[in-house]
Amino acid sequence: MRRCYFDHVATNPLHPEVLEAMMPYFKDNFGNPLSVYDLGMMARDAIEKARQQVADLVHAKPPTVVFTSSGAEANNFALRGIAFAMQNKGNHVIVSKVEHHSILNAARFLEKSGFVVTYLPVDKNGIVDPDTVKKSINKETILISVTHASSEIGTIEPIREIAGIAKAQGIVLHADGVATCGNIPVDVKELGVDLLSMAAHQFYGPKGAGVLYVREGLRIAPLIYGGIQEGGRRAGTENVPAIVGMGKAAEIAAREMPARMEHCRQLRDALIGGVLKTPNVYLTGHHELRLPHHASFVVEFIEGEAMLLMLSVKGILSASGSACSSRALKSSPVLLSLGIPSALAQGSIVFSLGMDNSMDDINYFLEEFPQVVKKLRDMSPFAKGWGSGGEGDQCYTGG
Amino acid sequence: MKFVHGVKADITADIVYMMCPMHLLKLEEMIKGLDQGQVLEILTDYDGALEDIPQWCDRTGNEFMGLDEDEDYYRFYIKKNSNKTGND
Repeated sequence: MRRCYFDHVATNPLHPEVLEAMMPYFKDNFGNPLSVYDLGMMARDAIEKARQQVADLVHAKPPTVVFTSSGAEANNFALRGIAFAMQNKGNHVIVSKVEHHSILNAARFLEKSGFVVTYLPVDKNGIVDPDTVKKSINKETILISVTHASSEIGTIEPIREIAGIAKAQGIVLHADGVATCGNIPVDVKELGVDLLSMAAHQFYGPKGAGVLYVREGLRIAPLIYGGIQEGGRRAGTENVPAIVGMGKAAEIAAREMPARMEHCRQLRDALIGGVLKTPNVYLTGHHELRLPHHASFVVEFIEGEAMLLMLSVKGILSASGSACSSRALKSSPVLLSLGIPSALAQGSIVFSLGMDNSMDDINYFLEEFPQVVKKLRDMSPFAKGWGSGGEGDQCYTGG
Repeated sequence: MKFVHGVKADITADIVYMMCPMHLLKLEEMIKGLDQGQVLEILTDYDGALEDIPQWCDRTGNEFMGLDEDEDYYRFYIKKNSNKTGND
């Protein structure tokens, strides 16, 4: 059976060159980077090379790159590390409503710890309005965290404009760059961020490696205390193979980015155009200001999970933006924040494309998708009368 | 403990929130880059530094000029005093 992997925001396969670069550090070069003998020095040198490679990807200096175990750790580190480092200056933190759970739940933890958090609303396309950011700032504000792009709706946020506001008021700005770094050009200086999170497996690197960029001169309290790894900012013996893999993946991403973006953009546009031919299916997120490999929708009258399962039977692997929430029969907070009704938000589906996809995959999917939707709607009690304009027609008009 | 105020440093290392032994590693690293007579300022909130940094200076022949207490951290001042840093 044909397999179309359309879930690249969940994770990516390793690039073959990445695996090749990592292998020696699983085998012969297994030393602890802190050891003083050759084996340790080899591991240490490999980490520093990776630091340079990741720094180059986002146009940063190597000492600003702090390796973590994941993007989620980087996000937690940013929020908690800055909040606790700056708690004597203020207790107010601002995050948007379209953040990943590793930001939203870290923010909730801060609230329990005595901080005050403002959750910024977004417009129907998921865009954070810089003016709203400005109005949310008060004299206690110490940190603003806005995602560079949401992996659920693909919208790219106006980080540069928000950075201008934050800088003018002396407030630290963190951006969650997990969905963007390695996928679209990111320059920390140009964006004006103080902190930026990344995850290797989002750009054909391994799982288990992330980075928090921390601007030079910015104090941050460690999330994990212990040894002197990462300059004392993140303790724990380094995951050397994963870090090496992240470095290699960053180097390749920087080299291949224009070709990758163009490849994915063509597939994405064909996919969006084809999917929207099915009635009562709506694109979520911004139409233009979105990740080149990302297409997300809500499908009226059916549930995302059911679509996922039926598509997976056909070899089409995708995600529902409400994946975590749906298990608890709860609508995605990100989709609700766009003003999408709760029932419709249940029909969320996200397709994220990669270099292993082809136009043949898209064409195959576009043949199968309308059939899956029809089959599910035929079974759905919510779709009763749909299409006839009769009772029970609950078409969404806000998209 | 010797306290000082208004010391002008040639270079500053900010290691606030960094724990042991970062204060000694950073001290070693920074002092290497200084010329004799130049002053290093270390900003740290690590209490163990109160004992460790003067001892390190004794051991390496550098001069512990004293410390200044800021609201949230200490400012340690070390003058590179000789070639006997132990690491040169």
